[in-house]
Amino acid sequence: MITADPQTRNTDDLRRSAQMAAAQAGDRAAYEALLRDCVPLIRAIAGRVGVPPDRGDDVVQDVLLTIHRARQTFDPGRSFTAWLRVIAERRSIDLLRQVGRHSAREFHAPLAFEAYPDEGADPTRGVEQAEVSDRVNDALATLPPRQREAVEALVLQEQSLTEAAAVTRRTKVALKVNLHRALKALRGKLQRTE
Amino acid sequence: MTASPHDALIRGLAADLQPVRRLPPPPLRALGWLGAVAAIAVALAVFADMHAVWGRMAAAPDMWLAVLGSTATAVLAGIAAFELSLPDARRAWAWLPLPGAVLWVGASGFGCLRAWVLPETHVAVLDESRDCILFIVALSVPLSALLLMMLRRACPLYPGLTAAIGGLAVAAAAATLLNLFHPYDAAATDLVVHIVAVALVVLANRMLGGRVFAASHFATPM
Repeated sequence: MITADPQTRNTDDLRRSAQMAAAQAGDRAAYEALLRDCVPLIRAIAGRVGVPPDRGDDVVQDVLLTIHRARQTFDPGRSFTAWLRVIAERRSIDLLRQVGRHSAREFHAPLAFEAYPDEGADPTRGVEQAEVSDRVNDALATLPPRQREAVEALVLQEQSLTEAAAVTRRTKVALKVNLHRALKALRGKLQRTE
Repeated sequence: MTASPHDALIRGLAADLQPVRRLPPPPLRALGWLGAVAAIAVALAVFADMHAVWGRMAAAPDMWLAVLGSTATAVLAGIAAFELSLPDARRAWAWLPLPGAVLWVGASGFGCLRAWVLPETHVAVLDESRDCILFIVALSVPLSALLLMMLRRACPLYPGLTAAIGGLAVAAAAATLLNLFHPYDAAATDLVVHIVAVALVVLANRMLGGRVFAASHFATPM
């Protein structure tokens, strides 16, 4: 556990610790203010660890979710900034490892990519795709709001279940059920229009 | 205020906020788990022949040391696992059970030497060794389930390491309780069997615990 000398804690840190204590008691306004305050700090820590700027938002999101999950472990007598720093550093390292694993399997070859002939290229495909897209949009519009919301968040915006649950304020189970029902309904509607 | 790409997430998390009970310090939480182990020990002692247990211990002082070592390993590894379950824990906590483990393995190894010096000692045969493994593994199941549930309440950012050290605590506790029903003296085969059983439990916890923590990572805390 990381400790901090109370003498060295500045007013910002004391305020954050107090906000986190309030959040533990259920104060949503204090929590929201604290999370907003954390974003630039997390980004700075991620940058120091070596996370590329275009992946900074991934670390921020991961750390915000970790704070939420771990909020009951924070001791308000300790430094919130030190607590956040350790979590942000670990999440940054996790992301760098992930990126490292991906890049070990992939390599950058823009010329080869440009020169690769697309054997399935078909000039009429664009028109067909537009038609399919219209049909899907029409079918989507007929879905009940909760089912549509599940499809939009999980499929169209490619959000994770956790992210979508946080954004839509629904439980993961409810989202899964709605997505399942929506996909079934969409399949039926699209088959009928074919 | 400029719009942040995380606005929706922050609003969602704030809306999801429920009051939480602050977790007690890790040693106190470890004490809770050790209390459950002690309760199981008392329950098992009712069925054990305690006179025979004391007799064996009195005849071979190194067995006391081995029991002391396994008990110390269970206590220290338990504390280390609860410390590691905090998101800001230092990795170095994983070394805490080392002194207990050294004493445990050292004293058990010394017992093997004595078995050669005193040929009349009763050495466990294969069937009896299998019972040892079964006892350690069977007792480890409820102890692991309880420990993982308790560790899950925190938020380990080293899930595999936390679960493995928790597994060591469980295996050491089970091996300590095995002494209540273990009428054999230490021997090389017995020591190997115990090491295999402990390794099995640690590995199973490492694999299962890692998944349990990963699955619960972003679940709402209890």
